[in-house]
Amino acid sequence: MIELEDLTKRYGKFTAVDGINLTIPRGELYGLLGPNGAGKTTTMRMIAGILQPTSGTIRIAGINLRTRPLEAKSRLGFIPDRPYVYEKLTGAEFLRFVSGLYGQGGGEIERRIDELLELFELTPWKDELTESYSHGMRQKLIISSALVHRPEVIVVDEPMVGLDPKSARLLKDLLREFVSRGGTVLMSTHTLEIAEAMCDRIAIVVAGRIAASGTMGELRAQTSSGDATLEELFLKLTGGLAERELSDLFQR
Amino acid sequence: MIFSSAEAVRRSPGVLTILGPKWRSLRARVRVERSGAGGRVLLLVLLGGGFWTAVFGAAYRVLKYFKGVEEIGPLLAGKLLAVALLSFAAILLLSNLVTALSTFFLAKDLDMLVSAPVDWIYFYLAKLGETLVHSSWMVMLMVVPILTAYGVVFGGGPLFPLVALVTLLPYFLLPTVVGSVLTLVLVNVFPARRARDILSLVALAAAGGLVLMLRLLQPEQLARPEGFRNLLDFIAVLRAPSHPLLPSEWAASALMNWLLRVRDPLPLLLLWSTAGAFIVMGASMHRRLFAPGFTKSQEGANAVGNRAAWQRAAARLLAWLPVTRREFILKDLRVFFRDATQWSQLILLAVLLIVYVFNIRALPLYTGERVPVVLVTLVVFLNQGLGGFVLSAIAARFIFPSVSLEGRQLWLLKSSPLDLRAMLWSKYWVGTLPLLVLALGIGVVTNRILQAPPFMMLLTIITTVCYTLAVGALALGLGVLFPQFETENAAQIPTSFGGLVFMMAAVSLLTLIIVVEAIPVAEQLRTWQENGAQGAPASLFFTVVAVFSICAIATIVPLNLGLKRLTALDV
Repeated sequence: MIELEDLTKRYGKFTAVDGINLTIPRGELYGLLGPNGAGKTTTMRMIAGILQPTSGTIRIAGINLRTRPLEAKSRLGFIPDRPYVYEKLTGAEFLRFVSGLYGQGGGEIERRIDELLELFELTPWKDELTESYSHGMRQKLIISSALVHRPEVIVVDEPMVGLDPKSARLLKDLLREFVSRGGTVLMSTHTLEIAEAMCDRIAIVVAGRIAASGTMGELRAQTSSGDATLEELFLKLTGGLAERELSDLFQR
Repeated sequence: MIFSSAEAVRRSPGVLTILGPKWRSLRARVRVERSGAGGRVLLLVLLGGGFWTAVFGAAYRVLKYFKGVEEIGPLLAGKLLAVALLSFAAILLLSNLVTALSTFFLAKDLDMLVSAPVDWIYFYLAKLGETLVHSSWMVMLMVVPILTAYGVVFGGGPLFPLVALVTLLPYFLLPTVVGSVLTLVLVNVFPARRARDILSLVALAAAGGLVLMLRLLQPEQLARPEGFRNLLDFIAVLRAPSHPLLPSEWAASALMNWLLRVRDPLPLLLLWSTAGAFIVMGASMHRRLFAPGFTKSQEGANAVGNRAAWQRAAARLLAWLPVTRREFILKDLRVFFRDATQWSQLILLAVLLIVYVFNIRALPLYTGERVPVVLVTLVVFLNQGLGGFVLSAIAARFIFPSVSLEGRQLWLLKSSPLDLRAMLWSKYWVGTLPLLVLALGIGVVTNRILQAPPFMMLLTIITTVCYTLAVGALALGLGVLFPQFETENAAQIPTSFGGLVFMMAAVSLLTLIIVVEAIPVAEQLRTWQENGAQGAPASLFFTVVAVFSICAIATIVPLNLGLKRLTALDV
């Protein structure tokens, strides 16, 4: 499970994340939505232990990330939005290296690596340097690396970017399966249809704060939006571009 | 809106528009540097000023001396300029080869420029200009104090800077055009990533070969006139590198003609007409070959096969380590030996070491007569300092960049349960242990060549071990404090501001150690002079303790600071 208490991140005078409180229990897929620059990625990178919060507490599976970082991180798998990998390692070597970072090695891990590469259809490229991988292939490799050590919690930032429809479907099924077995997923996405279809609960972040959160029904109730779609709710909370402005844009 | 072909060319963005973002980025960077760190700018100005003054001073003294030599003085000055410009031309050609590959085929702005309606000739000229500046700025800065010295000594007058500019522009352009044409051809034959590896290797091997060749020619013999049979031999040696078809020779002639008041516009005409013809030729080749080359540069499949023998051996050798450390070290080794920009620097290192040992051998210390032990001790002591400087340079090349090279992958390390202290220590030992072996090797070999007394051999070994451990930590720690995460070429990291700070810190540490050690060495020399008795002086023990303490502090403090910075680093 993931628990955030008054999580805040400031860059000088700018507050990127402003006192977020959130609890995501086991067996739940939680969606984080928001316009660009709302603080979603910053929040996720703090949960992953990449950024240090200015204040607040993060607990992963009940373990405080600040006081027991190694234990907390060993339970987490992080999939970033930009798939930066070591370009001079092959796909298989990269996964072996990541397993090593989590203190795992040996025959069991080799089998797991083969299994994941096969699942994401990377086996033919397992001995190629990742510098020759496409964006989608790198994304699939990073998803594999987040799963290789069997985490309890997955934090995933924009998971579908660069994936072909088949791999996107595979990832959706994987995340749902992971959750159904008691795992916890926190996912940020701009694809509202995916969020609506996949997430058990959703939070909409605006200017570093959670503007609304809950199930689709709870979100509608909070915003008094009747039977509005997630897109309509999102635009209502974040402010959309007026139709007239768009028609002006293409007039000349 | 759809334009006709001619209209499209007319509306195409010009060279200045294409280069606009580069110029603005540079201005923004300078503004940030200025506002953020006044001390850094001041340091760079001081170092740059000091370097220019030193080069100018040396050139001024040599030229003043030449001017005083009757009849052959101006000839000597002209030859010196021709040799200097020829050497620079070789460096420029190599530098342009590597730079052109980046600017024409690997730069990040290429997708945007190639997909935009930019006329090919503007694209070519903009990229040629970019290549020229990136590859030549260092040589341009080096040329300024040298030509200033020529202008001052030979009375070039107020128009000399203009003449120099008119002469040097085609001189700099020619290697840029040739380099970009060769790159264009190479990329059409190999994929760009492979071409980059080949070029880096060729460039470094050629540079190494050049240094080695110059050293093995034993230029110190020129300083011993008794080595030449007569004046004709001497002049023959002077004439050797010149050739009438070399642009560097034309540039030297054009500049010397102005300085010696000779009215001969031919060298300048040759320079400009050749540069013009080369640009036309380069442009026409670019028009034909750029599109297929650029397409090919997008390829890059590199299979490395299953685990190579060295990797299996390394894995077996490291089997006793915990899996996290083992995989981390193996990853570092794989990345190092697969990245030509990193491992190819070993070639330069080998050349540096050969030249160093050769220099020690070439010292005219043992020429038949009995050599006083005092002199040997002094030379060995100085050699220790020089060896320390070489070690610092090696640490700057190989250990300083190690954390910066994690760059964009730091997200992975920081989000994993990897203990950052373990990571830092792993990088420390991977970099420092080979350095220690090397350092002890150089120290013992050169001391044996110099026939160092046992006391000095002992002192060298103790100092080398302590200093190497400290300099490794200093390089790693300062590498974390001044990271260069965005750089794409490992070779550029040591030349950054942080690299400079490391070199200054390392040299300061070395100086401190030498000063501390000078006490027992001086005492030992006095003892030998007074009664000839051999044996370690009493102060040696205290000195060793002092050196050990200094080095321990220089090891622990930077590593701790580095660890703190790495933990707090927001990536």
